[in-house]
Amino acid sequence: MKCLVTGGNVKVLGKAVHALSRIGDELYLEPLEDGLSLRTVNSSRSAYACFVLAPLFFQQYQAITPGQDLLRCKILMKSFLSVFRSLAMLEKTVEKCCISLNGRSSCLVVQLHCKYGVRKTHNLSFQDCESLQAVFDPASCPHMLRAPARVLGEAVLPFPPALAEVTLGIGRGRRVILRSYQEEEEADSTVKAMMTEMSIGEEDFQQLQAQEGVAVTFCLKEFRGLLSFAESANLNLSIHFDAPGRPAIFTIKDSLLDGHFVLATLSETDPHSKDLGSQELHQPVPQLQDYSTSHLDDFANDDIDSYMIAMETTVGSEGSRVLPSVSLSPVRQLSHSPDPHSEEDEAEPSTVPGTPPPKKFRSLFFGSILAPVHSPQGPSPVLAEDSEGEG
Amino acid sequence: MKFRAKIVDAACLNHFTRVSNMIAKLAKTCTLRISPDKLNFILSDKLANGGVSMWCELEQENFFSEFQMEGVSAENNEIYLELTSENLSRALKTAQNARALKIKLTNKHFPCLTVSVELLSVSSSSRIVTHDIPIKVIPRKLWKDLQEPVVPHPDVSIYLPVLKTMKSVVEKMRNISNHLVIEANLNGDLNLKIETELVCVTTHFKDLGNPPLASENASQDRNPEQMAEVHLDIRKLLQFLVGQQVNPTKALCNIVSNKMVHFDLLHEDVSLQYFIPALS
Repeated sequence: MKCLVTGGNVKVLGKAVHALSRIGDELYLEPLEDGLSLRTVNSSRSAYACFVLAPLFFQQYQAITPGQDLLRCKILMKSFLSVFRSLAMLEKTVEKCCISLNGRSSCLVVQLHCKYGVRKTHNLSFQDCESLQAVFDPASCPHMLRAPARVLGEAVLPFPPALAEVTLGIGRGRRVILRSYQEEEEADSTVKAMMTEMSIGEEDFQQLQAQEGVAVTFCLKEFRGLLSFAESANLNLSIHFDAPGRPAIFTIKDSLLDGHFVLATLSETDPHSKDLGSQELHQPVPQLQDYSTSHLDDFANDDIDSYMIAMETTVGSEGSRVLPSVSLSPVRQLSHSPDPHSEEDEAEPSTVPGTPPPKKFRSLFFGSILAPVHSPQGPSPVLAEDSEGEG
Repeated sequence: MKFRAKIVDAACLNHFTRVSNMIAKLAKTCTLRISPDKLNFILSDKLANGGVSMWCELEQENFFSEFQMEGVSAENNEIYLELTSENLSRALKTAQNARALKIKLTNKHFPCLTVSVELLSVSSSSRIVTHDIPIKVIPRKLWKDLQEPVVPHPDVSIYLPVLKTMKSVVEKMRNISNHLVIEANLNGDLNLKIETELVCVTTHFKDLGNPPLASENASQDRNPEQMAEVHLDIRKLLQFLVGQQVNPTKALCNIVSNKMVHFDLLHEDVSLQYFIPALS
C-alpha cells in the first residue's frame, strides 16, 4: 500500500487522527479499493470511529502494491498521533506526506516532506490484524438531525470540559436541547454539579426528523473530537439515533472523505432523570403513545444485528465471517438469547472477559440492545419555563 | 424568598463577568448576599483555613435593568446563599455576546441560582443557555457570621504600587519562601521581604503616598520613617494578587502591626475588601 497526501489534505489527515485519538488506543489502517480506512474502537467497546479517505483525497493512491497481498495493520494510536501531533507544524512546514506499508519491512512508513528539503521518516511497527468493522445502519434509526458542525460546536461550548456525558433531545416547540448529564451518585451527593442546558431553535438545523420528547445520552469527549474535525472542514454533521440504550451514529460526508462515529447511549434506568421527567418535563400523552408504538413496531421487525454496534471481523476480501480477535462474547451471547428482556445479561456485564469494570453507561452498551422497550419516558429535556420557584 | 434580575446592557454584563471572575479567583466558595440595593460576595474563612476574609460590594442598580427580590421576611429583607464561585464565573463566560441575561432563584431539582442567557446567533433564531448553579440557602441564625467586617485602625495606611508589578515580584518570591513580610511606613515606602537560611530578598517601593489620616488616632504621633510589619502566608497574598486582573481605580493597603493586612480596592463602582491575618 502506498499513498501520497499533499497540501491542505495533510492537515485534514492530521485532524482526523486527532479525532480518532480521543476514542481508541489503537488505530486500524486498512487500504480498500474505495479509499484508505482509519478505524478505532475504545477499550470498553462503547465507541467506534471510522474515516474513509477516498482515492481522490490522495495525489496518489495504491491500495495493493503489485505482487503483494492486501495488507492491513494495527498500530498504536500514540505513535501515529505523534507524527501528526502539531497541526500548526503540519500546516506551515509539511508539503506532502507519504504513507507506505509493505510486508517485507514490517513497518508502516510515514514520510513527511517538509520545506527546505527536510524529510522526516517515521517507521512505525505494526501488528497484523483482522478487519475491524462495526455493524450499524444509520437508516434504521428513526430519529435524525443534521446541522452545520459549527452550530453543534457552538452548542457544546458552554459545557465544562470535564463533563463526561451529555443528553441530546427534542424539547417543546421542537427545540433541540443539549443538557449536562448527571450520574446518579453525583446527583445524590451533597456536592452537586452545575447543570447546563443549551436550547437551539429548529431553524438552525437543516433537517430535524424526531418528535418532541425523544432523548439520548452519550459521551461528550468523543463527540467533541468529531465536531472539531467537522468544524475545521466546514462540514455538516448528521446524528442518527434511536431509543435510549441504542447506539447513536454520527456521520459526516463530502466528496473526498466520510466519517462515522458510533457511540453507545445510556440505557434509561436512572430514576433521577425520571424524576426530572415527572417534575417539570411533562410530555403530552399522545406523543408518548406515538413514540412507544412506533418504537414497538421497530422492535418487532428488528434485525438485532443491525442495531448493535457489534465488532466483527472479516478475513480478507472473501467476506467470510469469523469470530473476531476482539472479545465479542457479550454480543454473541446476547444475540442468541431467546428472551429479549433478559436482565441477567444486563446485570452481569462485568463477567465479560477483557471488559474493564465499567461505568454503568459503558457496561450497558451491549446489554442495552435488549433493554426493555417500554421505557420511553427518557430524560426528555424540555426547556423549563421561566419559573420563580422558591429557593 | 424570591429573586430575579436581568442584565441587558453589554457593558454592565462585561463588568459583572469581570467581578465574578475575580471572585472565582479569590474564593472557591463564597456567600452571595442579596438585598434590595446591593449584592455582596462574602468570604469568611475559619481560622483553621487561614482566616482570610473578603467583602465585595456592588450597587445592584449599576448592573441590572430589572431587580426584584423578596427576602426571608419584611424586616429581614435579605437572602444569603452559598455557591461555588467558579460555577458563576463559568456560567457568565457563556454570556460573552449575549442579548440578555437573567439570574433567578429557582428550586428545580435542588435549590439553584439559575442563570439563563439568550445568545446572539447569526441566524434569526434564538439560542438559550441555562445554567443551574446549585446553592445552599444560609439560615438566619448563621447570618451574624457574615456581616461586614469591622476595619481595624491601621498603624500604617499606604497606596499600593501597580498590582501587576507586585504580583510578579511576589510570584518569584513564592519560589523561595512560604512566608513574606510586608512592611510600610507613613513616608510612602513599602517593602516586600522574604528570608531563608540562604538568602534574604527585599523589594522596595518608594513614594507610594499615604492617604490623609482619617481622624485622631495613634498613628498621628507615629514617626514617619518607622515601619509597621506583618508576616503573611505568601500563598494567601499571591491568591489576592492573582485575582486582580484589572488595575483598580483605588488600591489601599492598611497594616495593623503583627495582626493583619487589609486591602481596600475600588474597581469603578465595585468595592473589594480583603483581609489576610498575620502568621503568628
